[in-house]
Amino acid sequence: MNVLILAELADGSIKKNTQEAIFYGAQVAAQAGGSATVLAIGEALEGELARAGNFGAAKVLYVKKGENSMAYARVVTEVVKSTGATVVVAAKSALADAVLARAAAALKAGFAGNVTALPDTSAGFTVTRSIFSGKAFAQTTITTPVRLLAIKKNVIEVVPTQETASVETLTVDTSAEDGTARVVSVEKASGAVSLPEADIVVSGGRGMKGPEHWQPLLDLADALGAATACSKPVSDLDWRPHHEHVGQTGVKVAPNLYIACGISGAIQHLAGVNSSKVIVVINKDPEAPFFKAADYGIVGDVFEVLPKLTAAVKAL
Amino acid sequence: MKILVCISSVPDTTARIAFEEGNTRLAKAGIQYIIGPYDDYALARAVELKETLGGTVTVLNVGQADAEPQIRKALAIGADDAVRIDAEPSDSYFVASEIAAYARDKGFDLILMGRETTDYNSGVVHGMVGEMLGIPSFSPVMELNLDGNKVLISKEIEGGKEKLETSLPVVLGCQEPIAEWKIPSMRGIMGARTKPLAVVAPSSEALTDISSYALPPAKGAVKMIPAEEAGSLIRLLQTEAKVL
Ligand SMILES: Cc1cc2nc3c(=O)[nH]c(=O)nc-3n(C[C@H](O)[C@H](O)[C@H](O)COP(=O)(O)OP(=O)(O)OC[C@H]3O[C@@H](n4cnc5c(N)ncnc54)[C@H](O)[C@@H]3O)c2cc1C
Ligand SMILES: Nc1ncnc2c1ncn2[C@@H]1O[C@H](COP(=O)(O)O)[C@@H](O)[C@H]1O
Repeated sequence: MNVLILAELADGSIKKNTQEAIFYGAQVAAQAGGSATVLAIGEALEGELARAGNFGAAKVLYVKKGENSMAYARVVTEVVKSTGATVVVAAKSALADAVLARAAAALKAGFAGNVTALPDTSAGFTVTRSIFSGKAFAQTTITTPVRLLAIKKNVIEVVPTQETASVETLTVDTSAEDGTARVVSVEKASGAVSLPEADIVVSGGRGMKGPEHWQPLLDLADALGAATACSKPVSDLDWRPHHEHVGQTGVKVAPNLYIACGISGAIQHLAGVNSSKVIVVINKDPEAPFFKAADYGIVGDVFEVLPKLTAAVKAL
Repeated sequence: MKILVCISSVPDTTARIAFEEGNTRLAKAGIQYIIGPYDDYALARAVELKETLGGTVTVLNVGQADAEPQIRKALAIGADDAVRIDAEPSDSYFVASEIAAYARDKGFDLILMGRETTDYNSGVVHGMVGEMLGIPSFSPVMELNLDGNKVLISKEIEGGKEKLETSLPVVLGCQEPIAEWKIPSMRGIMGARTKPLAVVAPSSEALTDISSYALPPAKGAVKMIPAEEAGSLIRLLQTEAKVL
């Protein structure tokens, strides 16, 4: 079973979630006696792509171009046909969803999203998917010869090696797709830790009282090297930017550690964070529903607790 | 302007999820169904565009008869007519094929969907429909404005947003704050009863099968730390939980 893994690059480097996808893909290939090939699209730093071998890929196919999802999907479709790959894996993201969706339609291939474990290939090809925003799982069998998977974060423990992959540059004609959209402007927070990729997330709710009171939370995030997030009312009120809002209608995160500060724990909020490994809740109300979903809890005022946590992290 | 809005019918976001018949089926009893929250934003923007530019809004659902209250609600919010493809929507490719088959020869300028359904959270039907119809697709879209044939959108990207210009026809997966959810008026509800709702038989096949469902394991008890000793939490996270 030959596996193709779609790599996303950020600032020329292989993204963390992609590293996990490569490792996952290599395990699938090994399980069925095939090889794992990475398809990287974008601008990669010199020497970076060979590093895909650290995560188990034998080979990298490199297409140097932008991230228009229509063009990307065309490349994937062509490469699946030319390499005879029967499994395509990507780390779930808006880009991966768009690319896999179009490739699935072009290849008439079955798709499963939010995959949380290696496939069972003993009879057919069956994966476990997280559904209802983490509230349940579905065993899903893909019945087509080519299967496309978007995997969730933190589903497999990555054990890197020193191996390197061979890199081959490809050209695929995507002139028909390149012109479909023109980028007018991009607004992007610079230097911030990426929320979907972060291992630690510090998140604030309405209990933070207002945007001018965010500093203690930012200090803790900074000390931990964590990404920052917020509840929906906080972004609705414009206290924090929309792309920070987590939950049913926001970003879904699955970090190792999620620290909730002044968030009540509404079911729609939990839907975006319940796949976190460890949840810490800080709330002044001992009856806050979030404590039921927490691993560690502190009943107290966030403005007193946060500086203590930051000091303890700095003392490590 | 001819707009198609694709809506899913999903359990209310506060619904307690459970399964029955040996974990092979969702236990639907007691669950309140709603228009997919993201699809509701798409519908609201479609109705706004119709109000300013003229034209028609058609709503489409791939679902069984129990989705009809949600379809009627969409008509009450301002869609002109509706179509229900009579099938269980269990596979993304199947749903997309049905939507594409319906839309193919109807000349829709805009096909609006939600960013994802809140039951399966796939976020792929818009891309599939775009590819099947040979037109561009974008998601998640937070702003949508039209200027003749020009389509101006703002799309959420990791850590920010990107403004794009593309052209009609196009498929978009929508999310807030593209529009405010609309609540049907009394007049809208009365009018919706007589608006056309066609029921069409499906014509494609599913590429995936769900064999069983499961619930996540129950969470262990929460460990409480006194606020005065908050700092000791950090040591526990390092030595006990091993996440630092
Ligand atoms: C369809 C739908 C979708 C939704 N999607 C989302 C979503 O994606 N994400 C989301 O977050 N919400 C979502 N919501 C909203 C959700 O229902 C809640 O309203 C929201 O999560 C509450 O946000 P909050 O916890 O910040 O505020 P609140 O519920 O107001 O809670 C504030 C908390 O702060 C505590 N507090 C106050 N002061 C302090 C202090 N000094 N120190 C410590 N604690 C303090 C309070 O005890 C309280 O528990 C959705 C709702 C609907 C209907
Ligand atoms: N059964 C359905 N009927 C009509 N539209 C649907 C259906 N399922 C999904 N969609 C549309 O496709 C979008 C993306 O769905 P999904 O890819 O399933 O997450 C949804 O937000 C809807 O707008």
